[in-house]
Amino acid sequence: MTAGATSGIGAGAPRPARWPGRIRFLRLGPLSVRIDIVATTVTVLLVIATAAIAVVSLGVSTTSSPNLGFAETLQVLTGQIGGAPADRVAHALPAVLTAVLGGISLALSGAIFQTMTRNPLGSPDIIGFTTGANTGALIAMLVFGFGSGGATIGSLIGCLVTGMAVYLLGMRGGTGNYRFIIVGIGISAMLVSFNGYLIANANQQNAAVAAAWGMGNLRNITMADTIPVWITLAVLIPAMVTFAPRMRMFELGPDSAQSKGVDTERTQLILLVIGVGFAAATTSIAGPIAFVALVAPQLAARLTPSAGIPLVTSAAVGAALLVSSDAIARTLLAPTTQLPVGVVTTALGGAYLLFLLLAQSRKARP
Amino acid sequence: MTATDPVAGDRPAETAARLTGSGLRVGYGQRTIIADLDVLIPDGSFTVIVGPNACGKSTLLRALSRLLAPEHGDVLLDGRSVRDFKGKEFARELGLLPQQSIAPEGITVIDLVSRGRFPYQKMFQQWTDDDQRAVARALDVTRLTDLSTRPVEALSGGQRQRVWIAMALAQETPILLLDEPTTYLDLAHQLEVLSLCADLNAQGTTLVAVLHDLNQAARFASHMIAMRSGEILATGSPAEILTEGLVERVFGVRSRVVPDPETGTPMVVPLAVDPVSLGDLPGDTANLRAGEPE
Repeated sequence: MTAGATSGIGAGAPRPARWPGRIRFLRLGPLSVRIDIVATTVTVLLVIATAAIAVVSLGVSTTSSPNLGFAETLQVLTGQIGGAPADRVAHALPAVLTAVLGGISLALSGAIFQTMTRNPLGSPDIIGFTTGANTGALIAMLVFGFGSGGATIGSLIGCLVTGMAVYLLGMRGGTGNYRFIIVGIGISAMLVSFNGYLIANANQQNAAVAAAWGMGNLRNITMADTIPVWITLAVLIPAMVTFAPRMRMFELGPDSAQSKGVDTERTQLILLVIGVGFAAATTSIAGPIAFVALVAPQLAARLTPSAGIPLVTSAAVGAALLVSSDAIARTLLAPTTQLPVGVVTTALGGAYLLFLLLAQSRKARP
Repeated sequence: MTATDPVAGDRPAETAARLTGSGLRVGYGQRTIIADLDVLIPDGSFTVIVGPNACGKSTLLRALSRLLAPEHGDVLLDGRSVRDFKGKEFARELGLLPQQSIAPEGITVIDLVSRGRFPYQKMFQQWTDDDQRAVARALDVTRLTDLSTRPVEALSGGQRQRVWIAMALAQETPILLLDEPTTYLDLAHQLEVLSLCADLNAQGTTLVAVLHDLNQAARFASHMIAMRSGEILATGSPAEILTEGLVERVFGVRSRVVPDPETGTPMVVPLAVDPVSLGDLPGDTANLRAGEPE
């Protein structure tokens, strides 16, 4: 076994290498983009499904009056029908729109943290970020006596502060270890008890409002309320697109990522800010809607199925999940009452978590 | 036969070396692993680093590949501090195969190998003819072409290690560092990986590998670095430096060194009776504190 005995390197052209059939490269002049046909198809189907559910959701009745039909709702949306049906659609529109945007941003937040931690539990609702947003909102509402506008700012600050705290305490050795997640879970638990303390100390009326907000709620949102979410997405999505290739390299662990030329420390910090921003955008207007960030990326990875977490598909799954959950929440107990959307996502998420734990313990068994 | 050439040791004192380190102090937080170390990687060499566990071999490799910033001293590539290189620029010059690698579940062989092309890719230039050619070559050399669409976790341990090497090859760097590339492999796969390395080296790639098997190191290395407790005790060709005295000083093992009957390179045979010199066991670097007697 000596050098040269098996030499063949560099001798002539190598044998051509084959990609799986689902991977294609689109080329236009010097530009080339990689396309996964299966993931793209799944994503398109999800977008169509989400749009259809959104239209149905806009037409459903939350009172004893009959639902608007699918065609009827479409006619309202295109301006062909006015009057009472149009009023009802206009009333439901901010919630449905927030569900779409919120689903996208929560799913992307989850996708970022799950990729960076290489752990399906690394999600903003598990590692304390949304709980921190809730704390910020509660402090604004109950301690400082600001209204719901204060809750928006408070939750934004709460989310960012919690994100920084988890980062500083848990980041030693990079995001790719359990420390980050365990620190997050610990901080989350402490914040939950602090939130409980704040509510217990508040007067009954404020406490009821705060508790309803703390479930994650899309009711009473106006179009004006959605503006911060639009702005945040307009800034964060281009940033996400820019950093996505670098984030992909973290799937191989930070050492490999760095040895392939990724500035890992800077990239980690920027992705943390982007991920917290995505989580905060939705939480600030709708409260901490649980489990969408946790479930959507994992569901997207299984639906496609792909190695790592597909970003665009995650966003589509997130939108589909939250739009459906919102429709269920509004109609399940109607006309008696409308549930906060967080109740539905928590129920769905709990079932998913159970499935995840069972699947992992089955895998761990010899 | 570069790997076994007996005159390879008769190098002139001033060896051309693109990659050097001087006055290096490297560690993790409070724990100093390497206190003060100078190192030089001769161009075109197959350098093998040997030494007992926890002697700082991997730490040195991490410092050379700038995964760890030295607290003192500097690593230079072409006379320029490695810290001054842009990430992708450095990754086009020097590649590293870490000791443990992670792959996302379900990733295919070609997808993983293509990640080695990251230093060459741009936002809207995600796959060029150069990328395809480099990946095809890396797969061909590691005999993985027919397995390209398989999921990595479906492969055997030896095949999987070849995938990681292929990823490093796709990076097409003139210098490649390998941290224990043969650990956890059976003998046949160890030899396969090493002869692949020797082929790469013969094609002009400067290689630095951490190896545990001294006799394999002696066969394949053109240049050897023997480390203990964060210090370099000897450097040179295996024929020059691999002596009974060095083996005892580095590993605390008494041995005889005889010519390898196949290649003539030094072969270490531990003594049958009382081979471990207990009084002179190499110090664990965990106990090494710079400037503080143990």
